[in-house]
Amino acid sequence: MAEITANSRLAAAKGRLDTVAMLKEAGLTALVMFALTVGLVGFEVRDIPGGLALFTRFDDVAVAVLLGFFGRMALFLLREGHPRPVAIIGGPLVLLLVLVLAADVWFTGAGDVAASESIRSWLPFNSIIVVWVIAIISVFIAARAILAIRRASSTVTVEEREARADHVAAQVQKIGRYVGPALLAFALLYPFLPFVNRQLLDISVLVVTYMMLGWGLNIVVGLAGLLDLGYVAFYAVGAYSYALLGTKLDMSFWVCLPFAGFMAATAGVILGFPVLRLRGDYLAIVTLGFGEMIRVILLNWYDVTRGPDGISNIPRPSFFGLPFTRRPPEGTESFHTFFGLEYTPVDRLIFLYYLILAMAMITNLFTMRIRKLPVGRAWEALREDETACRSLGVNPTNTKLTAFGIGAMFGGFAGSFFATRQGFISPESFTFIESAVILAIVVLGGFGSQLGVIVAAILLIGLPEFFRELQQYRMLAFGAAMVLIMVWRPAGLLAHREPTIRLHPRSGPADKTAPQSAE
Amino acid sequence: MSAQAAPLAAEQALLSVEHLTMRFGGLVAIDDVSFAARDREITAIIGPNGAGKTTVFNCLTGFYKPTVGRLGLSHPQKGVMLLEQMEGFRIAQQAGVARTFQNIRLFAKMTVLENLIVAQHNHLMRASGYTVLGLFGLGVYRHAEKDAVDKARYWLDRIHLTDKADWDAGNLPYGDQRRLEIARAMCIDPILLCLDEPAAGLNPRESHELNELLQFIRDEHKIGVLLIEHDMSVVMEISDHIIVLDYGRKISDGDPDFVRNDPNVIRAYLGEEEEEELPPEVAQDLSSRTDGGPEGRDDS
Ligand SMILES: Nc1ncnc2c1ncn2[C@@H]1O[C@H](COP(=O)(O)OP(=O)(O)OP(=O)(O)O)[C@@H](O)[C@H]1O
Ligand SMILES: [Mg+2]
Repeated sequence: MAEITANSRLAAAKGRLDTVAMLKEAGLTALVMFALTVGLVGFEVRDIPGGLALFTRFDDVAVAVLLGFFGRMALFLLREGHPRPVAIIGGPLVLLLVLVLAADVWFTGAGDVAASESIRSWLPFNSIIVVWVIAIISVFIAARAILAIRRASSTVTVEEREARADHVAAQVQKIGRYVGPALLAFALLYPFLPFVNRQLLDISVLVVTYMMLGWGLNIVVGLAGLLDLGYVAFYAVGAYSYALLGTKLDMSFWVCLPFAGFMAATAGVILGFPVLRLRGDYLAIVTLGFGEMIRVILLNWYDVTRGPDGISNIPRPSFFGLPFTRRPPEGTESFHTFFGLEYTPVDRLIFLYYLILAMAMITNLFTMRIRKLPVGRAWEALREDETACRSLGVNPTNTKLTAFGIGAMFGGFAGSFFATRQGFISPESFTFIESAVILAIVVLGGFGSQLGVIVAAILLIGLPEFFRELQQYRMLAFGAAMVLIMVWRPAGLLAHREPTIRLHPRSGPADKTAPQSAE
Repeated sequence: MSAQAAPLAAEQALLSVEHLTMRFGGLVAIDDVSFAARDREITAIIGPNGAGKTTVFNCLTGFYKPTVGRLGLSHPQKGVMLLEQMEGFRIAQQAGVARTFQNIRLFAKMTVLENLIVAQHNHLMRASGYTVLGLFGLGVYRHAEKDAVDKARYWLDRIHLTDKADWDAGNLPYGDQRRLEIARAMCIDPILLCLDEPAAGLNPRESHELNELLQFIRDEHKIGVLLIEHDMSVVMEISDHIIVLDYGRKISDGDPDFVRNDPNVIRAYLGEEEEEELPPEVAQDLSSRTDGGPEGRDDS
């Protein structure tokens, strides 16, 4: 509907542009920009030997004012239905800026500081961060202009676009049945592929850990619809359970694993109990608080957790009792001596990879299975309408608690894996940002979408690990990605819900969008 | 089969509501209302907007806790159960009281079939050994699920939605959603079905189908039906017994003929000269309703 009016306005406005209004608006923005920047940016107080000195940066102010002027103009043109000039003039400029930035990144990565310096001197602002922000904003504007042109020519409505995206997601899920096994086979062979080196394997272990966390959180957020911002708390409980049992009682990883899951599930139920009445934002805030509480307890309960010092020398996992050590203690065997292999440190890494892969797959299979059981359906029903659930005799308390408990259990499993992989844990590993990243994986992938979590974990965890040199911009890129997703596809990349049961064998991809089939 | 003009004696009733009062702060939404509803009968609760009809349902189904009153349900196996003392979901689970809502509450993103399966949650939960056995795909659960699908299919055939069983419930046309909500309530195997304005927004054909569905439920499933309805054609045609509320008080109680001619009802609905507290547009609206023409009304 909105699209139609936009189109008609676009047609009406064509050729008739209110230049005066445009210049007025842009000029006003430039003025505001000037007022804002002249004091803050224009003068800089710097520490020099012998006192402070005032420096001026009026060139930056001028750039900011110009940017404000032309940026506002572009927005005005877009709003009034003239995307073409914006795309034609803005597009190449933005492309140029992005290319320059990419070159800068390239040279920085390659360690060629001189080249990077000379590139930066060409850039409008002294601070590279500001340039990045500008680049992202202008890419956004240019993208909107191009989209507007395409939309005007193709006359596709928002609903149709949504339907098409949903269709794509449905198709992906449909082939997911074949892609799934193929992916699994790939994952199983992965450590032995020729191009896989230590670094890659290490990153993969991390990615799969987050996949497992994503799947675990998906139970709580995606299925039961309980927005949990403190998921990392259960990860921490699992990690510390294993770390303490392993170091103090000398118990093996395999014995501790169920116990760690149990502890985390208990923590989940304990948290779940008081917050059951809360919904939406309120629940999110309380769970966020719970996550922080656990971290603060870990930080301050020094006698048990050793506070900020953390716990070290956590036992590494063993292969059915065979440790991965170069020189096993007298009278015992280790993995390589038992199998008569040459010792390589990669063995342990490969073992860790398979371990987390197995744990993640169990999480995934469990979720897919439980969706088709009464509890799973009750979770989804609860997400849709709690009042209706109550009227049908579904016990909301128990149902929510099982969701919290089971989700937390998988978080706990992943936590004990984390502890055994690292060999050292401290409260620093369990900050809010971790919860946010895990939630972002679920949101980006599409609530409740198992395949989406894989894609999102690779995108959000794997890719940034590759571009470690860009460390400082990681969070920026992360934020930009989230904004884009919210604008483009608020439901998530691969959000499409497959029914848990069907009466008729699947007739076609769009049985719900084809009302004529039912008349 | 039709009810007597005098209120039913409590012992032969399926549901007996005694001295029900519900206050919200200073507002008395229901004021000392007593009535009874019988098995295999459709008992209609009618009254002007804001009379307290939905509030009666909310008390019966545990969404509100009555300020005063006794709500006795005589369960064929379990004896008399006091609904006012039970938690909301247990009223559906154990006492077998099902309800629909004035503003439809389906699980919009789940399919039609899934909606009907969720309604059989408690039964399936037991069959799946509280999830543990179900996880391993044991036969017990598979059979139970198959039975659940059969029951769902039975109701889908009844409400003519078999073809759309795999649609998302939220994508159904309005009339289909209303019928689906009734079928979903029936899937819990209730002994008392409470319907809050099921005919609201239906066209005459759909309204007629609804009448047949309700009569079928009453006659074939032999349960009690409580029906809130504004559409007088529906009420007069199918109800066995009518209770009229006005400003939270019961003003009439009896069979359709009795209620139609009760001076109290006529006064409340037609708004005689001395009834100044009823705004004229409401009175007019109500009087057109008693004439019996089905019409659209905005449901709040
Ligand atoms: N939760 C509540 N809090 C405060 N007042 C309420 C509440 N629920 C209902 N009421 C009030 O109780 C009165 C009766 O409301 P109720 O919804 O039962 O009317 P109704 O007969 O169902 O009307 P309608 O035909 O419009 O559905 C109204 O005045 C309403 O404002
Ligand atoms: Mg009402």
